[in-house]
Amino acid sequence: MNTIFGVPTPALYGQILIGLINGSFYAMLSLGLAVIFGLLRVINFAHGAQYMLGAFAAYLLLTYVGIGYWPALIVAPLIVGAVAIVIERFMLRRLYGIDPLYGLLLTFGLALILEGAFRHWFGAAGKPYAPPAELTGALNLGFMFMPIYRGWVVVASLFICVGTWLLIEKTRLGAYLRAATENATLVQAFGVNVPLLLTLTYGLGAALAALAGVLAAPIYQVSPLMGSNLIIIVFAVVVVGGMGSILGAIVTGYVLGVLEGLTKVFYPEASSIVIFVIMAIVLLVRPAGLFGREE
Amino acid sequence: MAVGTQYLAEQPKLRTTSLVVGAIALAALLAAPFFLYPVFLMSILCFALFACAFNLLIGYVGLLSFGHAAFFGGAAYFTAHAVKVWGWEPLSGILLGVAGAAGMGLIIGFLAIRRQGIYFAMITLALSQMFAFICLQVPFTHGEDGIQGVPRGNLLGLIDLNQPLAMYYVTLGIFLFGVFAIWRIVNSPFGNILKAIRENERRAISLGYRVDRYKLGAFVMSAALAGLAGGTKAIVFQFATLTDVQWQMSGEVILMTLLGGIGTMVGPIVGAGLVIALQNYFAAYDFPVTVLIGIIFVICVLLFRRGIVGEILELLKRKPKGTV
Repeated sequence: MNTIFGVPTPALYGQILIGLINGSFYAMLSLGLAVIFGLLRVINFAHGAQYMLGAFAAYLLLTYVGIGYWPALIVAPLIVGAVAIVIERFMLRRLYGIDPLYGLLLTFGLALILEGAFRHWFGAAGKPYAPPAELTGALNLGFMFMPIYRGWVVVASLFICVGTWLLIEKTRLGAYLRAATENATLVQAFGVNVPLLLTLTYGLGAALAALAGVLAAPIYQVSPLMGSNLIIIVFAVVVVGGMGSILGAIVTGYVLGVLEGLTKVFYPEASSIVIFVIMAIVLLVRPAGLFGREE
Repeated sequence: MAVGTQYLAEQPKLRTTSLVVGAIALAALLAAPFFLYPVFLMSILCFALFACAFNLLIGYVGLLSFGHAAFFGGAAYFTAHAVKVWGWEPLSGILLGVAGAAGMGLIIGFLAIRRQGIYFAMITLALSQMFAFICLQVPFTHGEDGIQGVPRGNLLGLIDLNQPLAMYYVTLGIFLFGVFAIWRIVNSPFGNILKAIRENERRAISLGYRVDRYKLGAFVMSAALAGLAGGTKAIVFQFATLTDVQWQMSGEVILMTLLGGIGTMVGPIVGAGLVIALQNYFAAYDFPVTVLIGIIFVICVLLFRRGIVGEILELLKRKPKGTV
């Protein structure tokens, strides 16, 4: 059997794949956080809860309505996005212009309500969600066996990240969005409906989180706590990458996921804290984050 | 953020009223164990001190720490281990917890003060989560079980803490000492510089203050006092578990302070009392406490950001203006 640094290669590739998958979720979630923060100046603590809502929406749609995985990929983000739009319209909007910490506290409260309610109704244990029939089974790549669903998640998340990046960098809507990030008052003076733009941005960010949640449902079990465990790691990812750049958030997400996977191979005890350690090092060397600007 | 104490200092009349109110409150605290369940009261005292320590940072330096559970729960582990495994006397055990929390505060604070505002909150949250993961893995914390059956022992070899009343008055003494320490810090030249940093950090820098050192100093003090609360809690409840180091606990102490009034001396105490009482009350019902805490959070942030005590002080401040 081949080994690298005394580690059998299949185990190494396996952990890199797991790292890539975790990294996909880090990337998608930190991307959504960065988009929301860029325009609204709000750190969306409810992002993890919205990711959990996406997964639960898929689970409930399948269990009670009989709507399967593929439609759920569209429907679940729409539902969660609609909920987020209501939240923005009636709560977040009242906090613009005051200390951004209040936005963090409000979304934290909302996250507690959502998680507490789902835990109350569904219990803390995870619910299984089967991957669609088209994506079951494994692929022989020659050097390792890869479950098809996991490969699909990596590819899909890449598409989502690149798609969002294109939306923001290459379309007219994205141009409005970037302009409003720079100077909202001026953009509004040019006749762009900025309040609507803010609402849609929050909805889009939450929908992205929900989409990640649906993708996650067959890999991790659907549980009320799946979001809060993830969101704190994503915060660390965001601190490492800096929230100045969308591309930076994406790249940092994938890289940290893979680094975490590699740690699981070489020093498993540290795998749960490695991202936080990297964050501490980055803070010492480059406080603004790898891609961030000092504000 | 509301500033209560400065206002009191300017108003001699209000100052006497607040002294009277303080005296009544102290008398009530001394008499309370004869009317209410002592463990319930001690739990409020521990969390009130914890919230006051947290408030030192958010209320007077303007830094929102989302990781204070690490100092509270960390100190509980250190104290519990020293008392149970090494057989230390309880007060020295608590002091070890304070020292441990201060050391952790030095490390976490050193990293976190490199960023401001929201980033500061996220960094403290991430680092405290890292500490929670470490607590889950290292052997001395006993993982999911926690450290159980911590003996209360004899304070300084003299007072038997197994008697509920003795334990209560010792806890009250520690609480009063902690609150007095915070009051002294806030109303010292050091505290004034902290407030200057809160109001305008750049100006404080241009006046020649080494802002980072003041922030770090305040962070370590806040962590040490949170440790004092956590260590005491370990002796009172005779255990230390993962619950105390997790992010939910950091959220709870934020809520207590927000509900009572950020930047007021009494606010965090009122907030802690209310939150603990509500939790106790709802424990008997089927209503999930997390949801309740979330709802209070949302209401506080949307409707009264000054908190209960902050709003009352604001009302008192407004009244004389109307008559003039």
